[in-house]
Amino acid sequence: MYGLSLVKGLGVTMKNLVTPGRMFTVNQYPDRKVSIFGLAKINNQNPVSFTFKQPGEAFKALVGLASVPDRQYQHPRFRGEEFSWYENRCTGCASCAKYCPLGIIEIVTNPAKTDLQEGDKYFLEVFDIDIGRCMFCGLCVEACPYDALHMGSGFEEGRYRRADLVIDKARLVASPKRPSHWFRPQLADSQDYNPLEGDEADWREVHRHEKPTLTDQQHRWGQR
Amino acid sequence: MSLDFISIYSFFKGFLPSGMEWVAFAVAAGALAFLVINVLMLSTAVYTWFERRTLGRFQNRLGPNRWGPFGILQPIADLVKLITKEDTTPDEADRWVMTFAPLVLVVPTLIVAAVIPFGPDSFLGKLNIGILFVLGVTSVNTIAIFMAGWGSANKYAMLGAMRGVAMLVSYEVPMALGVVGVLILSGSLALFDIVEMQTIPFLLVQPLGFLIFVAAASAEMSRTPFDQIEAESELGSGYNTEYSGIKFAVLFLAEFMAPIITALVITTLFLGGTRGFDPIPGQVWFVLKTFAVIFALLWVRATWPRLRVDQIMGFAWKGLFALSLLNIFVVAVEVVILQDDAGGISASSLWIMAAINWVIMIVAIVATAKILGQRRLERPAPTPSPLANMYAEAD
Repeated sequence: MYGLSLVKGLGVTMKNLVTPGRMFTVNQYPDRKVSIFGLAKINNQNPVSFTFKQPGEAFKALVGLASVPDRQYQHPRFRGEEFSWYENRCTGCASCAKYCPLGIIEIVTNPAKTDLQEGDKYFLEVFDIDIGRCMFCGLCVEACPYDALHMGSGFEEGRYRRADLVIDKARLVASPKRPSHWFRPQLADSQDYNPLEGDEADWREVHRHEKPTLTDQQHRWGQR
Repeated sequence: MSLDFISIYSFFKGFLPSGMEWVAFAVAAGALAFLVINVLMLSTAVYTWFERRTLGRFQNRLGPNRWGPFGILQPIADLVKLITKEDTTPDEADRWVMTFAPLVLVVPTLIVAAVIPFGPDSFLGKLNIGILFVLGVTSVNTIAIFMAGWGSANKYAMLGAMRGVAMLVSYEVPMALGVVGVLILSGSLALFDIVEMQTIPFLLVQPLGFLIFVAAASAEMSRTPFDQIEAESELGSGYNTEYSGIKFAVLFLAEFMAPIITALVITTLFLGGTRGFDPIPGQVWFVLKTFAVIFALLWVRATWPRLRVDQIMGFAWKGLFALSLLNIFVVAVEVVILQDDAGGISASSLWIMAAINWVIMIVAIVATAKILGQRRLERPAPTPSPLANMYAEAD
């Protein structure tokens, strides 16, 4: 009444302005501006010696132009793009294409030069995944009987045309072999493996858990 | 050489033969106009950055911070983006009206600067009807906004323009009436004389007039809490929905220049303009006071929500109109009683008036709030749905 609440509101906003601690902590994706103190701290130097060693960087930081990468924490179980595909494990059975709810995986194999009696595998001519329509449910990964296809961790795949969103065989071959932790719980136990960066993983490390044998199950459940 | 028309004119006239005075006139006028227009444009550019940045801090966020130190080059990036964008016109649009609307909006805003006294000896025109000029010229933006809404043949633009015209016309009245108190006190229409008369800032002498004028002026420049014209959440963007490219840039130039111009006028009328104490020159005082007014307007914009259409019109006609009539009456009676034999008003009389007016302002605002706040919002009593008890009966 009498407009007193309006004055109270003005007080609240003024408090926001003058109290730096009231500002939200926001991640400045993809990078954030740093002051000269922050830049020196990142380089493990004190600001004075940093200014003498790298005057150019110090000047940029001083006028507010220096920035360092800054991104949100990404969970290693994130189901992202850039599928990790182990070509030597893939037989061209097209289970992934059959299980895909959207039908966006296209596989064309050429059985002509294959001697299946010898345990040989189909030659893949086409392996396209249209990630423009993919919903990243991961059913293709669950369906793969030979653990050849895994989810990746990327998400920055903006393109100018829809056709560029189709991942073809060459990109799958070239993609980093760092599968996400999703559907591979044993990866979470290993300390030195990180799906976002670092060394690539061999397929033996990332295949799914084998089904326990009957004796194992009896051993495990019999104790309860 | 001081920065006023006469001295520049006489400086150039010294180089010219007699009979060529018009060249000196043209050079002096052109130089001053160039200076003032460019200073206003640049300060508008800086103001856009300042507004967005400060608004962000008011609302617990960052504001533009990517381009340049503290994001200060953001206006340049905006300008380059707006200029290089495609300038589209709808097929149905009235092409000429739509094209000229931004110009009609921006030119009156610039022209107001012609009569503002920026300092004791720096001004463009010493117009003896300055305040009438300001009120008349700023009314043109009503036409411009209706041109923009009508010309773009868009229903949201049209709705925004219709609301805008209704609101702007309504708020012209309390704005003009709020100034009348100042005119009665100073006894002159010239902004120079009004500044001369303010031995005490008129903000202290008649706070009610100040509040009325600020409210009406912030409605005239259509900013929150009176931004019915371009209510983003209701109308798309209002009258500028169909604008793009350089036309949109000019529209927004006018829109962001309006607070600066309004702050200049408010400073001149109510805050004593160029007056101050001595070591600091009058121009600096003027800039400081203008900045304070701009900051206050920004603070209000950051805090208060937008009023509804009927609330806005009600506030203009039931609240501000009555208050401004009361203000005129009170100031007129006080001037008649307190003026001396020569017709002037001494500083002690002004202090007495200030004391009376503050009491009257508080009483008037409380009374207005009581009267306008009487009506409770009538909600119909909710009738239970016939389906509401369906499961209860089944049990």
